[in-house]
Amino acid sequence: MKVNLRVWRQTDPVDKGKMVDYTVEDASEDMSFLELIDVLNEKLILSGDEPIAFDHDCREGICGACSMVIDGQPHGPERATTTCQLHMRKFPDGATITVEPFRAGAFPVIKDLIVDRNAFDKIIQAGGYISANTGSAPEAHSTPVPKAAADRSFAAANCIGCGACVAACPNGSASLFLGAKLTHLGEMPQGQPERWDRVVNMVETHDDAGFGGCTNTGACATACPKEIPLDVISQLNHDYLKATVGGRRKK
Amino acid sequence: MSYADYSVGTPVVDKAAPEGPIETRWERRKFSVKLVNPANKRKVKIIVVGTGLAGGAAAATLGEAGYHVTSFCYQDSPRRAHSIAAQGGINAAKNYRNDGDSVYRLFYDTVKGGDFRARESNVHRLAEISRQIIDQCVAQGVPFAREYGGLLDTRSFGGVQVSRTFYARGQTGQQLLLGAYQALERQIHAGTVNMYQRHEMLELIVVEGRARGVVVRDMVTGEISSHLADAVVLATGGYGNVFYLSTNAKGCNVTANWRAHRKGALFANPCFTQIHPTCIPVSGDHQSKLTLMSESLRNDGRVWVPKQLGDTRKPSEIPDAERDYFLERKYPSFGNLVPRDIASRAAKEVCDEKRGVGPSGLGVYLDFEDAITRLGRKAVEAKYGNLFEMYERITGENPYDTPMRIFPAVHYTMGGLWVDYDLQSTIPGLYVAGEANFSDHGANRLGASALMQGLSDGYFVLPVTIGDYLASNKLPEIAPDAPEVVEAEAAVAERVEKLLSINGSRTVDSFHRELGHIMWDYCGMERTEEGLLKAIDLIAELRREFWNNVKVPGTGAELNQSLEKAGRVADFIELGELMCLDALHRRESCGGHFRGESQTEDGEAQRDDENFSYAAAWEYTGSGSAPVLHREELNFEYVHPTQRSYK
Repeated sequence: MKVNLRVWRQTDPVDKGKMVDYTVEDASEDMSFLELIDVLNEKLILSGDEPIAFDHDCREGICGACSMVIDGQPHGPERATTTCQLHMRKFPDGATITVEPFRAGAFPVIKDLIVDRNAFDKIIQAGGYISANTGSAPEAHSTPVPKAAADRSFAAANCIGCGACVAACPNGSASLFLGAKLTHLGEMPQGQPERWDRVVNMVETHDDAGFGGCTNTGACATACPKEIPLDVISQLNHDYLKATVGGRRKK
Repeated sequence: MSYADYSVGTPVVDKAAPEGPIETRWERRKFSVKLVNPANKRKVKIIVVGTGLAGGAAAATLGEAGYHVTSFCYQDSPRRAHSIAAQGGINAAKNYRNDGDSVYRLFYDTVKGGDFRARESNVHRLAEISRQIIDQCVAQGVPFAREYGGLLDTRSFGGVQVSRTFYARGQTGQQLLLGAYQALERQIHAGTVNMYQRHEMLELIVVEGRARGVVVRDMVTGEISSHLADAVVLATGGYGNVFYLSTNAKGCNVTANWRAHRKGALFANPCFTQIHPTCIPVSGDHQSKLTLMSESLRNDGRVWVPKQLGDTRKPSEIPDAERDYFLERKYPSFGNLVPRDIASRAAKEVCDEKRGVGPSGLGVYLDFEDAITRLGRKAVEAKYGNLFEMYERITGENPYDTPMRIFPAVHYTMGGLWVDYDLQSTIPGLYVAGEANFSDHGANRLGASALMQGLSDGYFVLPVTIGDYLASNKLPEIAPDAPEVVEAEAAVAERVEKLLSINGSRTVDSFHRELGHIMWDYCGMERTEEGLLKAIDLIAELRREFWNNVKVPGTGAELNQSLEKAGRVADFIELGELMCLDALHRRESCGGHFRGESQTEDGEAQRDDENFSYAAAWEYTGSGSAPVLHREELNFEYVHPTQRSYK
């Protein structure tokens, strides 16, 4: 199949950047979207051009590295699919496809389609964990977890930290990411002792990192390749209110 | 002298494991290690390279202990290390099922599963620690699968007959890694760990025979810098990408290990690679990686091919009587749950007989029809839903309606840098953890044991044993301009310069792909003397061409992904030669290493314990020059070597 690509090219963080057109004549519908870029890059290198820089690693939808906005949608048009798992059979022959980086104030572009998502690590540093030093754990079965809680926790823990939620949000908010971690840990009995500090510290770090506020558009959950449910944001707001206004957080 | 004319050096011996009863060796070793005074720990610097299960767990635990840790990863975040992709589960001898499991049974299964090429002391320790790992992960909030009573669920896995595998749907690696990652981020916040992401280790700094630091390249700015420490830990994963196509992440590479090998660390059993039986078949030349379908699928899926040659009917049109459930037929007692090496080879055999399925003929069916009838679609969906979805996304076929097509692919490497019981390499002060070391799995790793080993090394072994080295040795401060440091940095800069200056006519990927074909054809599921000799010649030729004809665009002072790949492929080429030599010299079949010349009458692997009951640790002598073999003799005091049988 033939594919026309319009790709965002930007040499470094200060470059203004621009869209550049390319055509791949011999694409196969069994290729993943990243394999299409691989094929294009091989051609670019041999013709003396710079290949397109893009983040990718596991290529099986779990590491969260790939970060392209395809035809205006983070990870492209397929529901619950990362860019690396998006296949060309989903596009018509002769399609013109626009490819841009994840854009958000808190995700500055480093080069071409690569952005800096270090702010996500900062949010986790602020409290996205249960403090349990190695060796200090009690016997695993001393803490039963009701199955419903374990399942909800798991559904939230599914988050791969890719940042599609932020790229999709008109406010550049990371509330879905935040809510996912708070729900994962907050559903567990082990997560209770730090629950109220965790939510306040993570929210403050989120805001300081330049992410916007949530206005409940739901674009995040639609874009999420792991289908993190939107109600984790309700959980986030619930916990935040309880911790602050409700006074659960002891200073 | 040709590369294959290796010489034999002095044996290499593990001096760290205590003798005596195996049940108390780890206990006694822990008691005998010298301790670092808690007040001194923050003055001790440790570098940890890699942030997967082993590296992330080690950095977090060393940080908690109060050491001053510096951690590096090539990804944009430590959370993306490839441990994240492990699907099936993690073994632990908890015996929650009351099905006769025990530490000893896990130990026994692992030694046997490794085809008697692993060190008994290490394996026993691994089995002991397995129980603590589950406790630790639960305390961190890892959302393991649970029963309705709120207790942990387990399942059985390939190669064993007890149910000891803990899991979190098909994303166990992800959840365990996030546990380690969060522990690591907590230490970064506490200031005990300095994290450098998007940094790649390109050289080891050795001073007076000891590992004292690393040279790294900032993958965003291209800046090359040195970091000094009292000890260095490599937790940099396996080298399956030497085959180009594997289930590894695209960035997985051998460079950190290979640089250490070039500086004197012995590389053990490089030819022991695991070919995983249940991967999605290759679809074309554009293929950039292979996707694993978790082995847990074999619990409920049945593997078959048509009995008839060249049967092109749709699978649904082939009646049961005309299907060959070849694993159930050949191995009635283990059936579809035989260990990976055996399942892979059996699939290769039926494809060699031209009974393979799919467009390329390189595939077999994995069929869930019986399971769906027996358990109902809902139960199957609950267990494997995400895997079925992944399969459909990649192939466009729905496994609820038509059987999956699977084919073996390179998945894990049992070989790696040689380490003693303390996980110390042959360079003092250089420790190696997780898949990067030659590990506890011998010639074949059992399913759900990689996560166990990574976390065992990272959380529980290394943080204890490294203290012994730090407390026992006076380690003088190294000046940043010491000749060894300057030299290592210059070597890195020179290599980068060289790669950029060749400006030939072939891309890095084209060399990598060619190397992969050579490795898969001659050092894959079946190896022969003739093929391996040919491969060694082909690789030498490829190495020469690479250094004369590779084209790396751009400069060194920027984000340059072609340059990153070029350095890695150059090291893979050298490793590939060593793998072929190791496979050539081991004139026996064992585990994942199947030599065509060494098989039983019914085509099973034929070990030669009299001549090959050792780990082969290779010493580097120069690029393309014949290495030196150091043998570590293996003694089996507890599990008596037998012909592995899963019939």
